[in-house]
Amino acid sequence: MESCRIRITGLVQGVGFRPNVWRLARTHGIAGTVRNDSAGVLVEAWGDASRLVTFQQVLRADIPPLARIDGVQVEALDAPCPHGDFRIIASESGDIHTGILPDAAICPACRADIFEPHNRRYRYPFTNCTHCGPRLSIVRGIPYDRANTSMAGFTLCPDCQQEYIDPSDRRFHAQPNACAVCGPQLWLEDMTGQRVEPDESERDCIDSASRLLRAGHILAIMGLGGVHLTCDASNERAVAELRRRKRRYQKPLALMARDLAVIQRYCHVSEDEAALLQSKHAPIVLLEETPPNLPLSGEGQEEQSAALLPPLIRGGLGRGFLLGFMLPYTPLHALLLETWETPLVMTSANLTEEPQCISVEETRQRMQGIADYLLLHNRLIVNRVDDAVTRVLTGKPRILRRARGYAPEPLTLPTGFGNTSPLLAMGGELKNTFALVRDGQAILSQHLGDLEDARTWKEYEHTLHLYQQLFEHQPAAIIVDQHPGYRSTQLGQQWAREHALPLIEAQHHHAHVAACMAENNWPLEGGKVLGIVLDGLGYGDDGTIWGGEFLLADYTDYQRLGHFKPTPMPGGTQAILQPWRNTWAHLQNLGWKSVEEQFSSLEMIQHLQQQALATLAVMQERGINSPLTSSCGRLFDAVAAALGFSRNAISYEGQAAIELEAATPPCLLNIVPPYPFLLEQTLSGTWEIDPAPMWYELLKDLQTGYNRAAISAQFHQGLIHVISELAGKLCEEMPEIRAIALSGGVFQNALLFKGLLKTLEGMGLNVLTHSSVPTNDGGLSLGQAAIGAARLLAV
Amino acid sequence: MNLTGSITLAHGSGGRAMHQLVDDLIRQTFTNPLLAEGEDQARIPLTELTANGDRLAFTTDSYVVTPLEFPGGNIGTLAINGTVNDLAVGGAKPLYLSCGFIIEEGLALETFARILQAMKLAADEAGVQIVTGDTKVVQRGGADKLFINTAGVGVIPAGFSPSAGSAQAGDVIIVNGWLGDHGVAILNARGDLALDADIETDCAPLNRLTEAMFAVCPDIHCLRDATRGGLATVLNEFAERSGVDFVLKEEYLPIRTPVRGMCEILGLDPLYLANEGKLVAVVPADAAPAVLDAMKHIPEGRDACIIGEAVEGDGHVILQTAFGGERIVDMLPGEQLPRIC
Ligand SMILES: [Fe+3]
Ligand SMILES: [Mg+2]
Ligand SMILES: [Zn+2]
Ligand SMILES: [Zn+2]
Repeated sequence: MESCRIRITGLVQGVGFRPNVWRLARTHGIAGTVRNDSAGVLVEAWGDASRLVTFQQVLRADIPPLARIDGVQVEALDAPCPHGDFRIIASESGDIHTGILPDAAICPACRADIFEPHNRRYRYPFTNCTHCGPRLSIVRGIPYDRANTSMAGFTLCPDCQQEYIDPSDRRFHAQPNACAVCGPQLWLEDMTGQRVEPDESERDCIDSASRLLRAGHILAIMGLGGVHLTCDASNERAVAELRRRKRRYQKPLALMARDLAVIQRYCHVSEDEAALLQSKHAPIVLLEETPPNLPLSGEGQEEQSAALLPPLIRGGLGRGFLLGFMLPYTPLHALLLETWETPLVMTSANLTEEPQCISVEETRQRMQGIADYLLLHNRLIVNRVDDAVTRVLTGKPRILRRARGYAPEPLTLPTGFGNTSPLLAMGGELKNTFALVRDGQAILSQHLGDLEDARTWKEYEHTLHLYQQLFEHQPAAIIVDQHPGYRSTQLGQQWAREHALPLIEAQHHHAHVAACMAENNWPLEGGKVLGIVLDGLGYGDDGTIWGGEFLLADYTDYQRLGHFKPTPMPGGTQAILQPWRNTWAHLQNLGWKSVEEQFSSLEMIQHLQQQALATLAVMQERGINSPLTSSCGRLFDAVAAALGFSRNAISYEGQAAIELEAATPPCLLNIVPPYPFLLEQTLSGTWEIDPAPMWYELLKDLQTGYNRAAISAQFHQGLIHVISELAGKLCEEMPEIRAIALSGGVFQNALLFKGLLKTLEGMGLNVLTHSSVPTNDGGLSLGQAAIGAARLLAV
Repeated sequence: MNLTGSITLAHGSGGRAMHQLVDDLIRQTFTNPLLAEGEDQARIPLTELTANGDRLAFTTDSYVVTPLEFPGGNIGTLAINGTVNDLAVGGAKPLYLSCGFIIEEGLALETFARILQAMKLAADEAGVQIVTGDTKVVQRGGADKLFINTAGVGVIPAGFSPSAGSAQAGDVIIVNGWLGDHGVAILNARGDLALDADIETDCAPLNRLTEAMFAVCPDIHCLRDATRGGLATVLNEFAERSGVDFVLKEEYLPIRTPVRGMCEILGLDPLYLANEGKLVAVVPADAAPAVLDAMKHIPEGRDACIIGEAVEGDGHVILQTAFGGERIVDMLPGEQLPRIC
């Protein structure tokens, strides 16, 4: 008989790891013990040599659904074999259980429980087990046990208690374990607070809710990490009413469908997309809607053409672009959707741009005049965790909003970052996430949102404190964006002052590049990359606003090699909200007077002439609220507005550019010539991309009467062309460039992203792209963290 | 004095030209008994002061503005009212002002005379006297046409002690009328912005108004004039110092349609625009009706209104939109720079 000690690190606590080891040990005839300790899980095993080898293999391969192994260390053990069966040793006080897992979608076993009439959890909407259910959304502190969650007030009934203490049960030590006898309850009420009791024909209030939805009502449904506003997505009147009440007129609405088959009636779903939809993360996946009148190619459906949802679902976007679908991820959602052949709208319960409600009282108050009925429960949502948003591009899942299901799963930092001291990176201003660094890992918060919103700000402060407690984190330095107006920057400065901590400033686009490097495991000493950051706006080193940047970067520093030609934003923020201002600013670069004369017949020119151009011209001349920006996002706005997309105003971020993309069939890109851009080297040696020639061609094509799709395609092609040309030049000139990193919010545009990636890879370049953190500002905190860590390690 | 021609370096040399400028123009315009004594310092009887209160208020401010003259006023009106208001919002009765001029050679004498005249009018209206002063002339480029410094003294009646740190949850926020007029008037007056707006500065002395307010509510918690940085900056200072949040109701904010229109074009937030005759008061809720009523009986308070309230918090100013949204209105770090990515 031989023996060994196996130490396993990673996400191995609170996921049913010990009972799994216990089960494997019994199956493979191993004696010994398993326990949690401060580093993870510790196994002591005795058995035949061959059995021990097999045991070690299955330990790594056969792990619980929510577990992640980061490391396994095996050492010899010189001790006598203990008597009896393999045992789970209870955690002792002093064992550290730091950290907390993401919320996970309902597992197949729990799903079976709730649909099985003889099961004691039949139709119980809060069913969960160690393989699924709430985590981050219900936690108040550590250690992660029931007392520190919003389950604290629910005492386990004898049946649940038995499951909780039985290592062979999948609810062994499942902290939120509950059943209808002892757990949280669901109820339906109207807007006066009156309970709505089920009809005789209905099994429970979920059935009633379903009936009300069918009748066209709008319900606020309290879910896992927040409250949704829900209506029947196929009911045009209901969708219109929901949009009106929520004041969300344009932005597409998220959908939830019962199963994959329902989604496939509307969208083509690839294998990768299906896997993502059905994963434990269960995010919203942006799917291409099946184009009109095209028969579906799925088996057994040859004759059926794609089903149609009311156009209102898509907001301002045309048919055939993207729909955001998710699958039911809690028992409540699974039960609610059981009988639905069409999707339900599942949008956050709020007014546009505010954080969604999470408490019963708040929902009752804020949903007045918005919802008709409320489906509520008494398992408090402690932390708001929004639905994550993802998209599969070039076969890889890309997280666009990292929230429910993903946060706060740690990201392991690349080689070289192992010895970093604890750091706190405050993130950006919009789409904010923050990040903690400890033990060579970065822990990103869930997406929090726009810090200008007072409620989001309160959550930001709350969540910062919560994470520091959950991860027992005391930062040795604080990293902020350079923008003096970011609230995250101001709070970071204040904390650094109050706690006498070093403050590290990371340039916005350098942080974008570093985030891309870090998530691609680019080693600390891996050398330099060429970061191509196509972005909205970020504070630049020179006091102007950047956003179309070519940076030679490593983790500690960067050099600006090129950028788009700086163009004024007449009226500052107003230019973001009114895209036509950017069109005019770009045409002003071209010479507005001559453009006006030459293209006077264009509707677009006439439209601009009706604006207060004389005032804007003076503002620009005198530098009144007309900051210069090299932003690629603003260039997109300018082109989109020129073509008539959301010209006067946008109602959500990036709307004009998104509409432009949506109106451009991808196949067109391969057959149109690129618009020309001017690539020039300035006196300082920096490269500048000047879109002036592009504008001239665009105006001529508009005059010729080309359609918008063709013009947009040529613009996209032109960008791909000039960006890859500059990238090629720089890589040739500078052999120290080892790879290219693509980052920035503009890369959410799939046409540009895929086209550029393909071209760069075709040139034989090694290209790093975002996948597990957003390419938008949601990923900034990871980059800030990496920059901060690298700078401290370099000292 | 002959008012053709312009100010030259000779006007500052200490000779005859200077004598003429100071005696024949400035003293003549500002004429009052204390100034007429012609000594190097104003000699103010202490009894004048002690009769009015138990503390002396003393303040100074320098005034630079382009252009010097604008609809509804000029740099002189600003220089008087600004200093009067700085005294008044401390609860003081403003009494005496000093006045220093730094003049760039080339300033038209006629313009200077007009500005002096405006100062005299403003001083009379506020009931204060300009009792001492100084004049310097600098070479072209050494200053921008005209800079004025005024200092003022006033007396604070016993018991009045408004302070930025005294706001309490439950208090009510009052302003005395339309916001942003001055900021927009100045921008517009800089010319060729090609804006079609007819907005005058709101520049006015506020001491009559504050007197009426203190008469009905000696316990005004916070009081400030909302000049540079606008309403938002004053309220942020109150909130931070007091450790409360202020919630403003967007639909209550008194902003004229043309001011809104200009802000929309220029991309400026009216909450940060300068005012020269606007004060912000934070008063106990039960005193608010009386304060508001007293204000409405004074011309400078005719358009007074409640714009929000103080709530428990940690020093934020929050703007509640008509639909219930809540936006943080914080202090600007510098110029208004877009934050959106
Ligand atoms: Fe960005
Ligand atoms: Mg002052
Ligand atoms: Zn489960
Ligand atoms: Zn139970």
